[in-house]
Amino acid sequence: MSADVLPYTVKPHPVTGVYSGKLGVWLFLASEVMLFGALFSAYVLTRTGAPAEGPAVWPTGEATHLSWKIGGINTLILIVSSVTMVMAWAKCKMNNLASARKYLIVTFLLAAAFLFLKLTFEYIPKFHHGLVPSKNNFYGLYFTLTGLHALHIIGGMIVIAYFIGPGAKLWEKDPEYYTNRLECTGLYWHFVDLVWIFLFPVLYLM
Amino acid sequence: MSHDDHHHELSFWRKYVFSVDHKVIGIQYGITALCFLLFGFCLMMMMRWQLAYPGKSLPVIGGLLGEAFMPGGVMTPDFYNSLGAMHGTIMVFLGVVPMLVGAFGNYIMPLQIGAPDMSFPRLNMMSYWVYATGGVIMLASFFAPGGAAASGWTSYAPLSVIATQGQTWWLIGMIFLITSSLLGSINFIVTICQLRAKGLTMFRLPFFVWAQFVTSFLLLLAFPPLEAAGVLQLMDRVAGTSFFLPEGLVVSGQQLIHGHVVAGGGSPLLWQHLFWFLAHPEVYVLILPAMGMVAEIIAANTRKPLWGYRALVYSTVFLGFMSFVVWAHHMFITGMGTKLGMFFAATTMIISIPSVVILTALVISLYNGSIRFNVPMLFALAFLPMFGIGGLTGLPLGLPASDIQLHDTYYVIAHFHYVVAPGTIFAIFAGVYHWFPKITGRKMNDALGKIHFVISFIGMNGVFMPMFFVGVAGMLRRGYDPTAYEANANLMYLVRLSSWSAWLLGVGQLPFIFNFVTSIFAGKKVEENPWKATTLEWAAPSPPPHGNFATVPVVYRGPYEYNTHDREDDYFPQHLAAEA
Repeated sequence: MSADVLPYTVKPHPVTGVYSGKLGVWLFLASEVMLFGALFSAYVLTRTGAPAEGPAVWPTGEATHLSWKIGGINTLILIVSSVTMVMAWAKCKMNNLASARKYLIVTFLLAAAFLFLKLTFEYIPKFHHGLVPSKNNFYGLYFTLTGLHALHIIGGMIVIAYFIGPGAKLWEKDPEYYTNRLECTGLYWHFVDLVWIFLFPVLYLM
Repeated sequence: MSHDDHHHELSFWRKYVFSVDHKVIGIQYGITALCFLLFGFCLMMMMRWQLAYPGKSLPVIGGLLGEAFMPGGVMTPDFYNSLGAMHGTIMVFLGVVPMLVGAFGNYIMPLQIGAPDMSFPRLNMMSYWVYATGGVIMLASFFAPGGAAASGWTSYAPLSVIATQGQTWWLIGMIFLITSSLLGSINFIVTICQLRAKGLTMFRLPFFVWAQFVTSFLLLLAFPPLEAAGVLQLMDRVAGTSFFLPEGLVVSGQQLIHGHVVAGGGSPLLWQHLFWFLAHPEVYVLILPAMGMVAEIIAANTRKPLWGYRALVYSTVFLGFMSFVVWAHHMFITGMGTKLGMFFAATTMIISIPSVVILTALVISLYNGSIRFNVPMLFALAFLPMFGIGGLTGLPLGLPASDIQLHDTYYVIAHFHYVVAPGTIFAIFAGVYHWFPKITGRKMNDALGKIHFVISFIGMNGVFMPMFFVGVAGMLRRGYDPTAYEANANLMYLVRLSSWSAWLLGVGQLPFIFNFVTSIFAGKKVEENPWKATTLEWAAPSPPPHGNFATVPVVYRGPYEYNTHDREDDYFPQHLAAEA
């Protein structure tokens, strides 16, 4: 029995009120909260336990060599990409695939812009100046947290690209199914955005 | 709901290897996990030689493993440590959990809720193959330079951070296994929420399904912190960070120098917190599905309803919740402070209450039953006192004052093995014998099963009971050579008793393996409900076809209606409508 003949793959379950995929994505996001939650806890414990002097001292403000401007622009980019993601889903609901695709392309490009800024203005110059993960635990956590977040962005971009391209065939077969899958993608995308909303103040401003 | 009977025949690869059918995936999990259980047990049987006869050449096998691991047939201390670490890792993450959740959960749970398959069949296939990949990486790590991971299954920092390359393999393998469990747990929860048959309310679910439901939440929420910890340790090892390396760490008489080897400022305690935040809920992952299986088997073989079904369910949910707030009772002697110790001692005492409720309800269920002593029931009955011993001996470890004496001794080994080995492993055996007819349409041989049970029961107790005494007497659990301490000299007869029992236990598994393999082809054929049980899986044909049920089942009553109605049969299956 293949996936599309199982009950509640597309239509919501009368008791839980959601289709299976949506419930699955929410559960996945719960586990993601625990993943990033553990890393943020590690941040809190490492920072509060950092020595007062020496090379492992916790850098703040100027000493972090992080530009809040680049971080701020990237925050803005991700927030806008969340809006375009919702728009893509809304256009599907309005039965307009062509328009939905355009919004998906914009979302994809915004994600690419985020990664471009991150790489050219942050990662590469940092490595040139010897600000590598082994410099101290601040940079260790900075690269671990933002690196893992960047991997999530790349994962999201792959999924979005799939729904712009080959995945869109599903629309002809079952528009509601396609719209649902886009909704799940959107939930994930908002979560990735939300993680950055936490990362930005923690790493750049505090 | 329409069932499309597959008119076109699937290719061999799609049908048996990359299948999306929950039953095939369940069998794949089961076979793989049983092999890993045997392999992990073999590692331990080798270690038992070194413990019983330190420095003596291991006959036959010693010569086979080559000069690197066992020069002259005597295992090196490093190899001994590898065996210990890999025994724990393999048994927990590659053996028991995949067996309980991946195999039994995958095969039985959808049948028990009357579903045609899991909610996400392709995700299900993926979790198996991610698990298999993780397993291959773990096995391959034995051939890494310096051997496999050797820092215990807990991989405590800083030892694990400065260990040889095998540890990196271990971490990558773990990330695969964690991902597999995550995907699986999402699938389980969604399936139980969305695909229950009509009329099957939450309080009509068999207790096994409840156990899987709570277990899945534990896997879902407790595993990601270990993934985070694994990523951090990987960064420590590969990118030169020092999340778990403290200031001024001295290794082999040399201080690790800032800017070259270590950045400093990390905390080994952080690793322990993150690790045990997973690993304590993990303990309940290891025991809850086992309790669920035992409950099913007890109800079917006492011919009466489970006593206190709702109490069992509430206890399980409470247990699941509490398991997230007891983790630091593994860390009383780390110096994390007495105030934290007090908190975790209190929560630990609280969590023992629902465990006792569950055990008590299962024991009371036996009262006034007309018990059938078949092989699955023997193992299920043995589970009760074995888990009882394991649970009660845990109390002194949950109180800081007594834990200081017992920590890191063989007492701890005996305690948690009583829960997991004669406890969970017996439940697994019970489950194999109980559901074998459903999976193959044939029964396993009864006489061989009883021989297997008797030898296993004697063997298990022979291995672990002496460890309590050895541990209280002060023998340390990770020692390579017990005779290195003079005080252990008069304990050696107990150590050897454990070892000989372990080998007896090994011999005792031969009838099981023989029985298992031959019964697949030559076992006695049985009809779909050989145990005369009430739950839905017995309403499906044996073995169930693709799509499971011939007609979509509707549920009319609770899961354990044995001798509750005035009927000709002494049981009333869930899917039968009341007679007019």
